[in-house]
Amino acid sequence: MMVSTLETRQTVEEVGSDYKYGFVTDIDMVKAPKGLNEDIIRFISAKKEEPEWLLDWRLKAYRKWLTMEEPEWALLDYEKPDFQDIYYYAAPKSADDRPKSLDEVDPELLRTYEKLGISLQEQEVLAGVAVDVVFDSVSVATTFRETLKEKGVIFCSISEAARDYPELMRKYLGSVVPAADNFYAALNSAVFTDGTFVYIPKGVRCPMELSTYFRINEANTGQFERTLIIADDESYVSYLEGCTAPMRDENQLHAAVVEIVVLEEAEVKYSTVQNWYPGDKDGNGGIYNFVTKRAACRGTNSKVSWTQVETGSAVTWKYPSCILQGDGSVGEFYSVAITNNYQQADTGTKMIHIGKNTSSTIISKGISAGKAQNVYRGLVRVLPNAENTRNFTQCDSLLIGDECGAHTVPYIETKNPTAQVEHEATTSKISEEQLFYCLQRGLDVEESVSLIVNGFCKEVMQQLPMEFAVEAQKLLGISLEGSVG
Amino acid sequence: MLDIKNLHVEVEGKKILRGLNLTVNAGEVHAIMGPNGAGKSTLAYAICGKEGYEITEGSVTFKGKDFLELEANERAGEGAFLGFQYPVEIPGVTNMNFLKTAINSIRKYRGEDEMAAVDFLKLIRAKAAELDMDPEMLKRAVNVGFSGGEKKRNEMVQMAMIDPIFSVLDETDSGLDIDALRIVADGINRMRGDDKAILVITHYQRLLDYVVPDYVHVLSDGKIVKSGDKELAQRLEKEGYAGLGIDENAA
Repeated sequence: MMVSTLETRQTVEEVGSDYKYGFVTDIDMVKAPKGLNEDIIRFISAKKEEPEWLLDWRLKAYRKWLTMEEPEWALLDYEKPDFQDIYYYAAPKSADDRPKSLDEVDPELLRTYEKLGISLQEQEVLAGVAVDVVFDSVSVATTFRETLKEKGVIFCSISEAARDYPELMRKYLGSVVPAADNFYAALNSAVFTDGTFVYIPKGVRCPMELSTYFRINEANTGQFERTLIIADDESYVSYLEGCTAPMRDENQLHAAVVEIVVLEEAEVKYSTVQNWYPGDKDGNGGIYNFVTKRAACRGTNSKVSWTQVETGSAVTWKYPSCILQGDGSVGEFYSVAITNNYQQADTGTKMIHIGKNTSSTIISKGISAGKAQNVYRGLVRVLPNAENTRNFTQCDSLLIGDECGAHTVPYIETKNPTAQVEHEATTSKISEEQLFYCLQRGLDVEESVSLIVNGFCKEVMQQLPMEFAVEAQKLLGISLEGSVG
Repeated sequence: MLDIKNLHVEVEGKKILRGLNLTVNAGEVHAIMGPNGAGKSTLAYAICGKEGYEITEGSVTFKGKDFLELEANERAGEGAFLGFQYPVEIPGVTNMNFLKTAINSIRKYRGEDEMAAVDFLKLIRAKAAELDMDPEMLKRAVNVGFSGGEKKRNEMVQMAMIDPIFSVLDETDSGLDIDALRIVADGINRMRGDDKAILVITHYQRLLDYVVPDYVHVLSDGKIVKSGDKELAQRLEKEGYAGLGIDENAA
């Protein structure tokens, strides 16, 4: 069942009843009725004031999607969403619908914010409290924008980009993840309603970490987000997605697409902390997160680095990948995936070596507790012309308790004999001995688990930008609360 | 300080300690000796509250508090320290970070403020130097890739940093060469004090040449069967457990 609020449902039912003789695109409406068809897509496109080509692109994706099957190869067990039972467009909540103060917010959520050390003002923003003037962040965001503008960096919503930067959008949208790449990517292409667009001009080193956090007041994080990042020749950008604070959302299904284009000698560092609602201790509720993330290293010596800390969602299906096309290009994937209670994660990466002298590194740390299942699924493919490529893969699994599972599914395909591909995998448990050692030194159970897990994930955690690292460390401990003792 | 009365402990349904009595006063150093399987390590774990060591009868009182009511970390907070026979490896966690977390957890338990980072650094450098530990070791992951001697030395540095009231040292001397043994003995002797106490568990007498105990107890078959002063340890060394009429294979 979808986790939309009764309120939203009633509103939409009211709206829907006005149009019971057929739904027509009326752009004054704030919500589209449930379900998916070409009219809904036209409505979304009209709402976003999109150019004709983009509507055509969406419709093509939709028609393709209709012919596709939901993938079943992942080691995931969930009830498949009813795609006609989903709202595909709703305008952001108005101030009247939002909590008036933190007193109206779920105390459990506030307790976690507190543990993460988030300031009251930030808590208000995160919890969606209706505040008239959003204190510092407005001015911070403004200064931030001006600095970026000076450097020629474009950082805006994907809808703005479709209107204001049509050439870049037409050239690159769908160029890394084609509209019909896979079932969820096709769905996203048809109905995406929000997302981020970044363009870093030639030779520019982006002066600050770009974070979606700065855009948080602008819009609800949509359930079908689309991100497009273009790093032109010799440029550099570090992009932060998500938030360590727990995110609740009315929408159960999230199907995002992230495309990154990295040109000659450019570098993109993409860091994610994903902490969507994982469901309760008995496995009820929780977000389904089906994400397609892919980067194309198109120029000589271009580099992309994915770092992800996945602690939330009931079901995660996600494989940030690198297409190493330019000679000497470099792909990196650093991942921590934590699953507790009934959470399931099937995550990993694909490294496609096309160019000569390309190299890739994969470090994956999976932690399972409770009754959770955690899968690393990865592909390293070396094509015939990819001379002298290298890959190093390390997959470590840590089990807490004896009812959870860890699985490693590495695929290696090399069609060039000069390739050097290494794979290492380990599985370990937090032992009684380790735990007692920590307790005897005065740490309580939660501190002990957090310390041991952070140690286990160290190689990945140290890849995170400072902004994320400290909170992310605390988050690992919080995600595993109650898993021991 | 520590008062153990009629202590019975079972591990996985097996009776290990069967009515052990022991009183340790402030300022004293006690040694527990005994054959393999007598229950020496079980005593250490039971005092410090390890999971799986079930107390079926008896009491352990520490400074007037019922120790058995407290969790392992709370017992550490009260001032109990266990030097492990086999110190555990914690990959990815530096010695420095581990000790800082430990010290601040204990301080939190006692309602004290965290130790300032500068003070902590000063202290750990001083203690490492006293115990002849290469400061580079502090940046390495806890016990990972350490030799047997390095692990035991690391236990001594932890003990010196935590500065416990009551230390239990479980076969800290096992597997050490003579130089390492001296360092460990030196570390233990530094913990002596009028308001402190030490319980040294050992299989061999040789450590007791360096850490001279006030009392020596022989543990056999889950009970203390003989108590005396350091002479008892020397007699044991000469005559063996059989010389005292103790069956070495009792357990």
